[in-house]
Amino acid sequence: MALQQAVPQGRGTRSLEGFDGAALRADFPIFDTPAANGERLVYLDSAASAPKPRSVIEALADAYAHHYANVHRGIYALSEDATRRYEEARRRLAAFVGAPSKREIVFVRNATEAINLVAYSWGRANIQAGDLILSTEMEHHANIVPWQQLAIEKGARLEYVDITEDGRLDRDDLARRLARGPKLVAIAHVSNALGTINPVAEITRQAHDAGALVLLDAAQSVPHMPVSFAELGVDFGALSGHKMLGPSGIGALWARRELLDAMPPFLTGGSMISRVTLEGTEWAEVPWKFEAGTPAIAEAQALVAAIDYLEALGMDRVRQHERFLFERAWAALSAIDGLRLLGPSDPDQHAGVISFLVEDIHPHDVATVFDAEGIAVRAGHHCAQPVMLHYDIPATTRASFYLFNAPDDIERLTDAIRAAQRLFAR
Amino acid sequence: MDNLYRDFILEHYRNPHNKGLLEPHDLHFADSNPTCGDELSMTFVLDSAGEHIADVAFDGRGCAISQASASILTDELRGMSLDEAREMDPKDLLEGLGVPIGPARLKCALLSYKVLQGAVRGGETAWPEEADVV
Repeated sequence: MALQQAVPQGRGTRSLEGFDGAALRADFPIFDTPAANGERLVYLDSAASAPKPRSVIEALADAYAHHYANVHRGIYALSEDATRRYEEARRRLAAFVGAPSKREIVFVRNATEAINLVAYSWGRANIQAGDLILSTEMEHHANIVPWQQLAIEKGARLEYVDITEDGRLDRDDLARRLARGPKLVAIAHVSNALGTINPVAEITRQAHDAGALVLLDAAQSVPHMPVSFAELGVDFGALSGHKMLGPSGIGALWARRELLDAMPPFLTGGSMISRVTLEGTEWAEVPWKFEAGTPAIAEAQALVAAIDYLEALGMDRVRQHERFLFERAWAALSAIDGLRLLGPSDPDQHAGVISFLVEDIHPHDVATVFDAEGIAVRAGHHCAQPVMLHYDIPATTRASFYLFNAPDDIERLTDAIRAAQRLFAR
Repeated sequence: MDNLYRDFILEHYRNPHNKGLLEPHDLHFADSNPTCGDELSMTFVLDSAGEHIADVAFDGRGCAISQASASILTDELRGMSLDEAREMDPKDLLEGLGVPIGPARLKCALLSYKVLQGAVRGGETAWPEEADVV
């Protein structure tokens, strides 16, 4: 595994970059195939979904080949093995995100499903007509639409905290709206469209003082920086496995135990019950109460391999590495005429996600030129159309970094921007 | 790449034909591309019998492909009967663009066609199936 060579060992050898991202590419088979133009693929779309290291791909195959049977059911060794490994994944993920108990981790498909679970279960039991739900203008649609649906159903009010010109939450506006006594504040840790890192611990204290619970959309933070839900103090946390090197089809909701205990089930059916008669049903204990039907058994096992990979690097180093790439990319892009960069310039408030506009070239055209140069980026509204409305722009081009990116990727990116500008200037 | 952004396309993008809003108009329709949120509208003036397109204009912002496509399509529409417009084959528009359009950019190229169909059929229509046009 290239991991060993990439991470500087011993004291005093820690580089500014955190580690050598380029060396890690050997661990990711997706880079074995050159881009359509024959050059090395430059992958700058991990905010959408991350490529998988070989160890994760092998763990998925190994789970199906050697550790597979249905969980929580079979009275035979193979099922007990699969169950043990599935529950071990819960324990490992709990530790990875600072959950006090593994019983507080509910496996779902992705962060979207985690937020829907809260909206349907906690929301329908606790939100009433006239209640206020607070979200923000920088949210992914996954943290807006479920609340819109809940508000419509219950006759509740939904408001959005404004954002500043440089893409941070407007704290004065937040304070004003908190004073109106919301029941819930639903907020992203890192904005997928702007890259902004929100000061979650501070906002959570304010929200709690105002009597609100806090749901954290951590889909863009858990893969990229150390995150402890307990230390942040939030009440709910949502994340996706596929953005943190894990397989698609598995994600998690974390919530404080007493909240989960009090919440009614979301999906009902098999394995989430303790007793069923034709007259009625008693629910299983948490978290199994929320895991109806056969779960993502092999994907959970492969998620452990993803956590292993990230922990071997160290999440503080992953963050340091991306901070380094952000600073370099921000400087390099700022030096190009005709570019507009979104989000805060302060590297402490900005994750490894840069959304930008190239003057007179539509983001789709930019992405098509990039594609021809062997560079994968996202162009569009990033499932955050309110952000686009705020800035009165149709879309942006977004480059997002992960642990296998390095300064050579930034060079290819800036070359491609210049190529697009030349093409459209002719 | 130079394949897709040929001078012909960029010329239409920079200096689009039939851009603007016709006031008054007989028909108006607007639609958007769900992948990027780009919006495109068209206004039409019909002949006195109300059967042929006498004048047409499009408005909205978008990428080079969607703007060139709208520019090229609206050039074709003057004098066309509403029946002919309804029966237009989206493949003809893609051919008219004269550049290879991959699946990722298909909606960009066909947004103008979809707006046209919405206008002449009196309501939103489905996107053409990829398999039917490529």
